[in-house]
Amino acid sequence: MKHVRLPVVLAASALVVTSCAGVGTKDNAGGSGNSSGDSTPSGTLNVMGFSGEDEVAQSRIDAFKAAYPTVTVKNNKGDFDAQQFLTAVSSGNPPDVVYMDRNLIGTYAAKGAIQPLDDCIKNNGIDTSQYREAAMNAVKLKDKTYGIPEFYTVVVNLISGKALKSAGVPTTDIQTADWDKLEATTKKLAKTKGGRPARIGFDPKMPDFFPLWSMANGAELVKPGGEPNLNDPKAVEALAYAVKLVNDQGGWSNFKTFRDTFDLFGEKNQFIQDQLAAFPIENWYVNVLLDSRKNGLELQSTMFTDRQGQPISTVGGSAWVIPKGAKNVDAACKWAKTLTSVDTWNKAAEARMQTVTKNKSFFTGLFTGNKVADEQIKAKYLKPTGDAGFDQAINNYYNSLDVAKALNPSPAGAEIDAAWKSQVAKALAGQATPQAALDQAQKDAKTAYDKAAQG
Amino acid sequence: MAATVESVERTAVGGSGGSARRGRDKRSPLARGEGRAAWMFISPWVIGFLVFTAGPMIASLVLSFTDYEMIRAPHGVGLENYQTLVQDPKIAKSLMNTFIYALIFVPTGTVVALALAMMLHKVGRAAGFFRTAFYLPVMTPAVAASAMFLLLLNGQRGLINQVLGWVGIQGPNWTADPAWLKPSIAIVSLWSVGGSVVIYLAALKNVPQQLYEAAAIDGAGPVTRFTRITLPMISGALFFTIITHTIGALQMFDQAYTMFYGPQQKATASDESLVYMIYLFQNAFQFFKMGYASAMAWLLFLIILAITLIQLRIGKRYVYYEGERD
Repeated sequence: MKHVRLPVVLAASALVVTSCAGVGTKDNAGGSGNSSGDSTPSGTLNVMGFSGEDEVAQSRIDAFKAAYPTVTVKNNKGDFDAQQFLTAVSSGNPPDVVYMDRNLIGTYAAKGAIQPLDDCIKNNGIDTSQYREAAMNAVKLKDKTYGIPEFYTVVVNLISGKALKSAGVPTTDIQTADWDKLEATTKKLAKTKGGRPARIGFDPKMPDFFPLWSMANGAELVKPGGEPNLNDPKAVEALAYAVKLVNDQGGWSNFKTFRDTFDLFGEKNQFIQDQLAAFPIENWYVNVLLDSRKNGLELQSTMFTDRQGQPISTVGGSAWVIPKGAKNVDAACKWAKTLTSVDTWNKAAEARMQTVTKNKSFFTGLFTGNKVADEQIKAKYLKPTGDAGFDQAINNYYNSLDVAKALNPSPAGAEIDAAWKSQVAKALAGQATPQAALDQAQKDAKTAYDKAAQG
Repeated sequence: MAATVESVERTAVGGSGGSARRGRDKRSPLARGEGRAAWMFISPWVIGFLVFTAGPMIASLVLSFTDYEMIRAPHGVGLENYQTLVQDPKIAKSLMNTFIYALIFVPTGTVVALALAMMLHKVGRAAGFFRTAFYLPVMTPAVAASAMFLLLLNGQRGLINQVLGWVGIQGPNWTADPAWLKPSIAIVSLWSVGGSVVIYLAALKNVPQQLYEAAAIDGAGPVTRFTRITLPMISGALFFTIITHTIGALQMFDQAYTMFYGPQQKATASDESLVYMIYLFQNAFQFFKMGYASAMAWLLFLIILAITLIQLRIGKRYVYYEGERD
């Protein structure tokens, strides 16, 4: 028997080790927000999910380092990765502060992956009234605040002036109040060649913008408590309309295939190539378009409105959160406070202006999520650009800030998101009617919500 | 009768050996030393297997009977996760998508790889270059290849449809039409059949030339020579690659994720591209259902095991291993 002893010992010890690994979860209480305004943070601050490459990010990191030189910042550059984050938290080795999309916060808060920041906010004197209300609503769950918001993406219609001219369509016809009229305008602007789209007249940006179209029609996809309401008749009507717009322009398969050929970030983008007349899109895109001015871009813009003609927009953005078990909560709190403060945003705007001057370009706005900072930056730096279309677009984005609304956070946010995306794609492809698709989405989302709400 | 005698002999030999092993170790000190040395040499692999494969497998089996959200400690739920597997319509959908993909990829991949290997077999001096050229895509990361194929497969501007257009075929919208999503993933997977090409080429080189000569003398044409000599003689290699391709196809993730579920694709993915491993990943890391995802993993393991056992049984009948029989 001697000769089998070694492998048996090796096997037994390895099994003991591996069977423990991963199964035993450390139920750490985590940092309890022991941070105060007077304390001097020290040690290492591990940051996750923050690329921090551009001048706006870099200047804010510098502001923190200048304010707290005793803290060593270790930024694991790269976008937020759910797998990386969850394994870090469950293995008891989480980062101290994480940058994530605000629409993820409901789910992560409900699962206990991130901790409430109410103590952090109170002890560090963070004035939450400086942040835009819609951004703050997106980081709350059951009256507790789980994130410090930053950035604020809103949506308006961007239009190719050349395409409109060629079809004899006035800019005012790119509107979302009268849906029949928009459909007629879309047909007028759309071009086909050999049975395939050659120019999209109006791209409703589906499925991504399904919440926007639902909102425009008066539907609330997630109720204030977080319960899904995906098959609201108004949402079904909005989806049916968007499907019709797509079908008018070649059907989903042809439409998407053509849209996939757009060089969205290139100098010769879809407007320059006359592949698209108009679409709703977020404010970051106007900055991308700066490069295509030299190729003859004639930009125009209108507000995205509801069916009563009132400007509306969905809101996107990010937030700083502190994971359960974070070791340097004090530094993390001060990081979130510093990076989103009015002073820091002003420094970021200064850095952006230096880049703009260096590139001989112009300032297209900085939408920080901090209302006070937005107003100061706009007053100080926003000047007429000399390009009426860009001026119009930038002003429209600024005018959308106060009317924009976010989806209500939900403990089943991720499942609700997945449910409507999957079913809206099905409706667009003609595999289900809008009603059947959203009924199925509601069923899936409600099951997930009921389970999450119990937990 | 011969078989019976042989089996009796085998039993006798096996029985005797087994009896010796069960008794005191009668090996010489040298043999025992060699045994210890052998275990020491293979211990890195054994430890690696136990730590990185067997350990996580046992852990996932335990987790499959729990509700585990990765943050809080898991708590037992008995067979609930397995019951949910039966009720969840996306399990059936994603399994069906995966089977269809495997049914497209495994035969196509085998035929394409064999065709390439046979061409390479005929090439003289330049064989080394082409062997390297065919193998290079295997070294390309699946993510990069998938991103490239998204451009090539674009229904309107993609090179593949342009080439089809030259011969009067209007290609489909590969990456947008729900009916063509699985074939498009299979096409991307074909990019890396170079590994099989190399295996087939080695097998083809091992086919004795005399067999072809004898067949030619008997008047066998190329098709007969291929079906009666080449295929049986390389059936071992074919069988091996079919098994490994099937297992790989049932675990498809990279290409489908990059093409339809990555950050660039956002919300445009159709359920027609939802392969099983993507759904498993979503449950584990998007919906925090690690217990359920573990049950999914074990279901897939059992399916793969069953399919492989069936393949092995079929293989026993059709696969020829040189030197196995007199």
